[in-house]
Amino acid sequence: MFGVWVIKEALVAILELKGLGKNFGKNVAVNEIEMSVEEGEIRGLIGPNGSGKTTLFNLISGFLKPTRGMIIWQGQEITGLPPHVVTRLGLVRTFQLTALFSEMTVMQNVVISCHLHTGTTLWQQFRHSAETRRKERETEEKALNLLESMGIADRKDEIAAELPHGHQAALGIANALATGPKMILLDEPVGGMNPTETSETMDRIKMLRDRGITVLLVEHDMRAVMTTCDKITCINFGNKIAEGAPQMVCNHREVVEAYLGEEMACSL
Amino acid sequence: MQKNNVNRSVWLTILAIIMVVAPFTISGYKVDFLTMLMVNVILAVSFRLITTTGGWSLAHVPMMGAGAYATALISGKLGIPFWFSMPLAGLAAGLTGLAISYPLVRTKDFSFFVASFAAGEAIRLCWIRFKVPFGGHRGLGVPIPELIPGVPALDFAEAIPYYFLTLVVTIICLSLMYRLDNSRIGDSMKAVQSQEALAKSVGINADGYKMLAFFIGSFFAGIAGVLLAHRLWAIEPHQFGFTTTLYLLVWVVFGGSHTFAGPIIGVVVLTILGEVLQPLADWVPMVYGIIIILTLIFLPDGLESLPSRLGSSAGKIWKIRISFGD
Repeated sequence: MFGVWVIKEALVAILELKGLGKNFGKNVAVNEIEMSVEEGEIRGLIGPNGSGKTTLFNLISGFLKPTRGMIIWQGQEITGLPPHVVTRLGLVRTFQLTALFSEMTVMQNVVISCHLHTGTTLWQQFRHSAETRRKERETEEKALNLLESMGIADRKDEIAAELPHGHQAALGIANALATGPKMILLDEPVGGMNPTETSETMDRIKMLRDRGITVLLVEHDMRAVMTTCDKITCINFGNKIAEGAPQMVCNHREVVEAYLGEEMACSL
Repeated sequence: MQKNNVNRSVWLTILAIIMVVAPFTISGYKVDFLTMLMVNVILAVSFRLITTTGGWSLAHVPMMGAGAYATALISGKLGIPFWFSMPLAGLAAGLTGLAISYPLVRTKDFSFFVASFAAGEAIRLCWIRFKVPFGGHRGLGVPIPELIPGVPALDFAEAIPYYFLTLVVTIICLSLMYRLDNSRIGDSMKAVQSQEALAKSVGINADGYKMLAFFIGSFFAGIAGVLLAHRLWAIEPHQFGFTTTLYLLVWVVFGGSHTFAGPIIGVVVLTILGEVLQPLADWVPMVYGIIIILTLIFLPDGLESLPSRLGSSAGKIWKIRISFGD
């Protein structure tokens, strides 16, 4: 018990939100959120619809600029940076409903997402030099490895839109992984999935942690959240109302009232 | 894959032979017709380059005009030889495109159309209003290119030499754009169109790529403008007006913009059709109108999508013809 405590103390915050807030006109979507995610954990973010979860994601990933507060990434302030720069710093997000480059093949999806590391100039592309071709081959190998680790390498030549739901989710994660992130934000990774697909996807998410990637996920499937996350943050009306271990949060009085309901809390 | 490549080179070789032999077998008027067709091919393909990032700019014909005006000023007023003024004018058009793209990439959908139309018209108004150096409504004269300045050699005032000049420039432009289209940069541009938010989140600088597309697309449109100007020997603002933009849109919608070959097919088919209908010249805009409506209803992805729609057996015949674009 003591040993576990010591290890947890030694962990460092990879992402810190300090008084982060966002107003849309007079509406306060997110209000002074304080939050700290430690390196290597799987953090769940829960709350009722409209509680500000997606807005918070958009703020962290740079798709929205916060009205107030700060976002600290690995000790460096990244508040207000555009999305592609945030991704380059190692913080990448996925989207609800598994947004993909849907008319391209599975392989092309991941190759494009590897874009950050291809690193060829316009001039090299025009010349199509041996160097460019070598880098392209390397990128394709890397993409294939990623697809293998997600278990969808056999579907590499299929059109992304035609994949079953579970495999689309896997491809969405592969796209995010291709950018070489230190932390992934997953927006409803198991939304609309059947139980088998859900458990496969949750296994993939645990695999991310084993690779040393920190995960922050928004999800409504409470069973999935409770069994996967190390720690859970619950927000309501843009305010943080509880944070802690899954068992603690799901028995928290305010969380039960605002979100889970009596029945749900007991069953978990 | 291998077979497709062989097919492609066979068809390209046949096309090349036709293009080289053709001008010696037809009248001067028809040679000029083919020259203008090639100019329009460059224009349509460069337009598609911009549409691959998702923006159907209504300022593309004025970009062609920017190239034409630039070469009129550079080679006409400053007396710089054609061979230098062509790339310089392309660059001028590219920079003009880059300048208007800065505000344009911050608009979306309908506001993008309106803003790009306004930007194009603003540029055209400059040519009309600023009589010095642009010459107002009457435009500018453009000198005839010389192979080696000061030495009488090939006479580019003749149709056939100018045809070959255009042919060489067209081949260079198309192969550069084809390479770009199939490079990682082309893929990233298509990714921006496919899912802009996802593209940004995997680290693609979406606005940067849109501006790059505008720069490169406008550069090649400018080159098309240079070729046009040096054949017509004079340019005026109304040549680059909205009517020409509409023609451009019809070509690209009719041909399709998903593959490289789509716009080329669109220009070639419709221009030849327009020529066949020459006796009914007054009716051509109406025919174009009907074509665009029918295309949007029955063939929303353009002529290029016909093979896959025609089913397997008939599809094969067509596939060979357009495999160039795959």
